[in-house]
Amino acid sequence: MMDKQEMQEFIARRVAQELQDGTLVNLGIGLPALVANFVPEGRSVLFQSENGLIGLGPTPADDNIDLSITNAGGKPVTVLPGGCFFNSAISFGIIRGGHVDVTVLGALQVSEKGDIANYMIPGKMVPGMGGAMDLLNGAKKVIVAMEHTAKGAPKLLTECTLPLTAVNAVDLIVTEMGVIEVTYEGFVLTEYNPYFPIEEIKAATGAPLIISSALKQMV
Amino acid sequence: MNKLITYEEAANLVRNGDTIMVGGFLAVGTPEKLIDALIAKGLQELTLICNDTGFVDRGVGKMVVAKMFTKIMASHIGTNRETGRQLLEGETEVELIPQGTLIEQIRAGGFGLGGVLTKTGLGTEVEKGKMIININGEDYLLEKPLRANVALLYAEKADESGNLTYHGTTRNFNPYMGAAADLVIVEAKEIVKVGEISPDDVIVPGIFVDHIVYGGAE
Repeated sequence: MMDKQEMQEFIARRVAQELQDGTLVNLGIGLPALVANFVPEGRSVLFQSENGLIGLGPTPADDNIDLSITNAGGKPVTVLPGGCFFNSAISFGIIRGGHVDVTVLGALQVSEKGDIANYMIPGKMVPGMGGAMDLLNGAKKVIVAMEHTAKGAPKLLTECTLPLTAVNAVDLIVTEMGVIEVTYEGFVLTEYNPYFPIEEIKAATGAPLIISSALKQMV
Repeated sequence: MNKLITYEEAANLVRNGDTIMVGGFLAVGTPEKLIDALIAKGLQELTLICNDTGFVDRGVGKMVVAKMFTKIMASHIGTNRETGRQLLEGETEVELIPQGTLIEQIRAGGFGLGGVLTKTGLGTEVEKGKMIININGEDYLLEKPLRANVALLYAEKADESGNLTYHGTTRNFNPYMGAAADLVIVEAKEIVKVGEISPDDVIVPGIFVDHIVYGGAE
């Protein structure tokens, strides 16, 4: 059994394989941010941070921190050669205008139509949408990176019950159990983690799960 | 024209009940000392327009803790548990606005536009009560302009006429808030003589800036 960190790295590693050479990518905070550590060798991927930079580099050493260079989580980061800074209007012009190739976000719930809920639980937790609604509408491809269930409760559903962040927005979901495409027919399992029997993956999914005829193991 | 004033003078330019815009993204590029000056003055019943509500001990979050707001308009409040508490207990009205929409509403407010059309928020609670306009077969939400009585901004460097430059990710909302408020006060980390900033390097034209306070180093 994978512990939480192994599970998150397993998911992040698989998501990273989706990132093509020469693309601009925006990663959400938390698990999605780990994806940057696993970009396959030989691929040049630019990361945008919606607070105003392109060319996000590695975390700085403790003695080399500039508090004015931060990511969307407010944490100090570095900028790669060729990177640039810009204001929030330009940043969201880049996002809404379709200039971001891929966005990777977490989710509370995803529906089989690609609806996504990830910004509030009414009466309990209301962090806000930040830039997520713009990213979901503007990015060319939306990948959800998350654990398959919330402590056993399905997060992949026929309909979201929480307030939506966007409608019909999600293209691909990567969890510790498998890779799921959102299609007109619904959720299609294209890859599975052999640690989990298919029946267990189906049981952990709160909507019909179509098994792809080209199903393969997740690597 | 000398735009330099003291923090006390700056705080006296803000009144109870004002709507204020504050620059910054998670307290990066935020006028921390101006915020302290407003807290010291004990202003009340303010409306806040800001990307987020910072942290309980950093950025506008300190004003949230001091209960200075009756209404908060922001894209994200999750890093400040006090904002969440005030919202859930009904003490403070919080309007959550998508970040890209918020900056465009501010831009519209400052640049003479009657609003902006965006797909962001369609099909969500954000669209409630708003007009949907179809352009060339596509639906868009009409988002109206936002303005404030006072904008409190940060800059890396200002010349004495108010031309501003920035470093790193500190610019965020600052440049557009400067256009969308009746009165604009900038806390500059460094202040230089007119002419010492190349016109090529100016990020916010000085005409938007009414007053400057000296921020100094950390």
